[in-house]
Amino acid sequence: MAAKSSILTKSGQVRRAIVVGGGLGGLMTVIKLCEAGIPVDLFSLVPVKRSHSVCAQGGINASVNIKGEGDSPYVHFYETVKGGDFLAQQPPIKGMADAAPGIVFMLDRMGVPFNRTPEGNLDFRRFGGTLFHRTAFAGATTGQQLLYALDEQVRRYETTTVEDDKGVTVPGEAMVRKWEYWDLCGLVLDDEGVCRGIVAQDLKNGEVKSFRGDSVCLATGGPGMVFGRSTNSVINTGIAAAIAYQQGAKYGNGEFIQVHPTAIPGTDKLRLISESVRGEGGRVWVPKDRKDRRRGKDIPEGERYYFLEERYPKYRNLVPRDIASREIFRKVRHEGYSAEGQEAAYLDVTHLTSTPSGKAAVRKKLGGVLEIYEKFAGEDPYDNPMKIFPAVHYSMGGLWVDFEKGADGSLKPAASRNQATSIPGLFATGECDYQYHGANRLGANSLLSCIYGGMVTGPAMSTWRDEQSRSAFDLSSALFDGEQKRRSDEYESLAKRTGGDFDVNPYQLHEKLGDMMLTDVTVERHNGRLDEVLGTLADMQSQWKRCKALDGQRGTMNQPVVFLRHLKGMLDIAQVIAQGARDREECRGAHYKPDLDPELHPENPKAKGRDDADWLKSTIAVYTDDGPKLSYEEVDVSLEKLAMRDYGKIPTAAAPAPAAEAK
Amino acid sequence: MASQTITLKIKRGDGAGASAWEEFKVPRKPMMNVISCLMEIQKNPVTSDGKSTSPVNWDAACLEEVCGSCTMVINGRARQACSALVHEISPNGETIVIEPMTKFPRVRDLVVDRKPMFDALKKVKAWIHIDGSHQLGAGPKIAQSDQETMYLLSRCMTCGCCVEACPNYNERSPFMGPQVISLTRLYNMHPSGKMQSGARLDAIMGEGGIADCGKAQNCVQVCPKEIPLTSSISVMGRETFKRALFGWLLKG
Repeated sequence: MAAKSSILTKSGQVRRAIVVGGGLGGLMTVIKLCEAGIPVDLFSLVPVKRSHSVCAQGGINASVNIKGEGDSPYVHFYETVKGGDFLAQQPPIKGMADAAPGIVFMLDRMGVPFNRTPEGNLDFRRFGGTLFHRTAFAGATTGQQLLYALDEQVRRYETTTVEDDKGVTVPGEAMVRKWEYWDLCGLVLDDEGVCRGIVAQDLKNGEVKSFRGDSVCLATGGPGMVFGRSTNSVINTGIAAAIAYQQGAKYGNGEFIQVHPTAIPGTDKLRLISESVRGEGGRVWVPKDRKDRRRGKDIPEGERYYFLEERYPKYRNLVPRDIASREIFRKVRHEGYSAEGQEAAYLDVTHLTSTPSGKAAVRKKLGGVLEIYEKFAGEDPYDNPMKIFPAVHYSMGGLWVDFEKGADGSLKPAASRNQATSIPGLFATGECDYQYHGANRLGANSLLSCIYGGMVTGPAMSTWRDEQSRSAFDLSSALFDGEQKRRSDEYESLAKRTGGDFDVNPYQLHEKLGDMMLTDVTVERHNGRLDEVLGTLADMQSQWKRCKALDGQRGTMNQPVVFLRHLKGMLDIAQVIAQGARDREECRGAHYKPDLDPELHPENPKAKGRDDADWLKSTIAVYTDDGPKLSYEEVDVSLEKLAMRDYGKIPTAAAPAPAAEAK
Repeated sequence: MASQTITLKIKRGDGAGASAWEEFKVPRKPMMNVISCLMEIQKNPVTSDGKSTSPVNWDAACLEEVCGSCTMVINGRARQACSALVHEISPNGETIVIEPMTKFPRVRDLVVDRKPMFDALKKVKAWIHIDGSHQLGAGPKIAQSDQETMYLLSRCMTCGCCVEACPNYNERSPFMGPQVISLTRLYNMHPSGKMQSGARLDAIMGEGGIADCGKAQNCVQVCPKEIPLTSSISVMGRETFKRALFGWLLKG
């Protein structure tokens, strides 16, 4: 198809691919597309340098084995599969672990200021779920540094001109056009259900416009704002994935939401204190005496209860996040332990910082994150144990994506099924896909999965484009005009909600949603509560219809009206999460039902914990007007067989009891 | 605690149009920042004299001072709203005055368009020109001491505090700002980035470059990431001087 494979249409328009989202996943996809010679329109609701990837602190995993410990990509693969409680598809993870060292080297070549060994090599530190030093890092703001490196490469493509098929420069056309402050409103699907472009809105003035794209990628992150306050950026409403879901894309494993063990409680958000703090030797404890109200620093060593170390003598403070969160949650919520009487445990580095040289070493490796504690908690963490509590952090679930297995058991390079959603022509990558982390993500695997996902998605989109008999740019404009009008009308109808019938403040409704999801759909899940949540969510959907447009102004930025669209998406995704949690009758990774925990209920034969016979399957949610319809799919476990996942736990009965008893 | 409420005075307006001040009172809770005050206004958009109004528009993302989004002028100083803690900026219940930055076109209320700063990064080729993202082995070895300097420079969020404080960055001057000069230093330090150092030096020796710096030294005082902007400017001053004198010999 000469017409379609040509970069220019007959009328001289450049045929572009579309990437929505400018975090690590999106930017890496853009780079791969540009390297394949495909010009890109890149959309982001914030300037891409401000994407949520900046918040990642600790590092990126790659089994480079720089410390000579015998680490290898295969061990990384296996520990990721095990960390995810065997729910993840194995071939993509194999591909990711194999590619990881090359990815870190590429980032190094891009100029990421990774910390160094005395010899000038990349330094690596420990993270959860492994005993190896596998995590490359740039201070404690690794995500920021990685994002900046990819942002810079994409900026270079903004200054690179498009060449036509004969190698002649197309005047005024850059390889990358950025549409920053643009928000996705809808996908353009043709008669056959193929994604041919998007409709987006300029947040600066409200203009709604359609765009053609020879394949579209969503790299739009997770839905943390469904939980109100989390470690996520406030832009992470999950709206783009929600729109794809509303338009028919399958959503996978929605119920698997990672709760990070260590965050600073706050009124506007819960700020992350990176796992790297424990990777560098930080210890988690509570006072042995449950009534102890002294400041953490005043409690002597002998009166501290290092419960993770006692229960997990091998992994100590670096058990995977789902386990650490549950243990902290249990100590504080159920067993009455506290930090200065507050609902928190201590995360302590003061044993490392008692000397000037120790303090300097910690500052080099963790300065960025300890600075956050100092700024926002108002206390010096070099001198005081930090008060922390678990917080919603990451969604393992997301848009379902396909893959094609290659001869080596991992992904077939450049296959067009890789990272493809159930809508043809629509791809997804980064946190918004469901593929790489199963039931629980290991720390420092998210930056890796975003970049690896982008490296796979770019070539997949390129192949898909070549396989098509028609280009989006050769279709009639009626399709695009129609979708533009439909989405524009939708926005107008939201903006007109100013009358007396509209009596619900959307921000108040969002607060209620977040509070409920935080209370009932995070660390511990009970069917009775989940039934109530599902009822309330249905009610909130009708309340949404009464939500008021708080700002009547048109033709300008109008955040309150745009928020109405996002809130609808959050309610839809909340239903996917809650319904998935309600229906999955087992404990696996981050999904935990105390009623099904055999340790708590040895008498109940149904309390099996993880139940591979019935539940080794991915949850698939499909949108209907009455809420999500769930079904289940097989998991590809072709490479490694299932195993116990207890990380050397000492059973509760045998665990040493705290010396100083209370109550 | 000084008072049960927090008073905020916020400058509002649209694009280049007129501005108006609105005052709000929000309930005081422990450890609040300016963002949580603005969130309270969203939930109850009523001014302190009881008039119903629209919620304030503002930029925000990470809320932990690594993304640079929520920069605004708070009590006369450009800073991130997320790290502006109420008990620090209003210890005795003083009114908190919030305005948009003045050096960029206003979009609405507290939102401004900082695109000129990103455009300046294109001019100075603010990147390492790699041969491609395919596997080409490990990167160059780098000494720990160099990494420490590079990391410090690389934390620039393009937030705009330095240019807001800079008297030489304004409508009448093409000056690109201190952040661009400091980032030029970063890429010119890198073992591969060095290979294009001449082109970057030429860029900051041209229009809007280092010669437009008036050495007021305001930038370094307001940088939230404590980037040594003035040291960078002197380092690059020396480099550009050398290039001006001997560049014709190097022809690079």
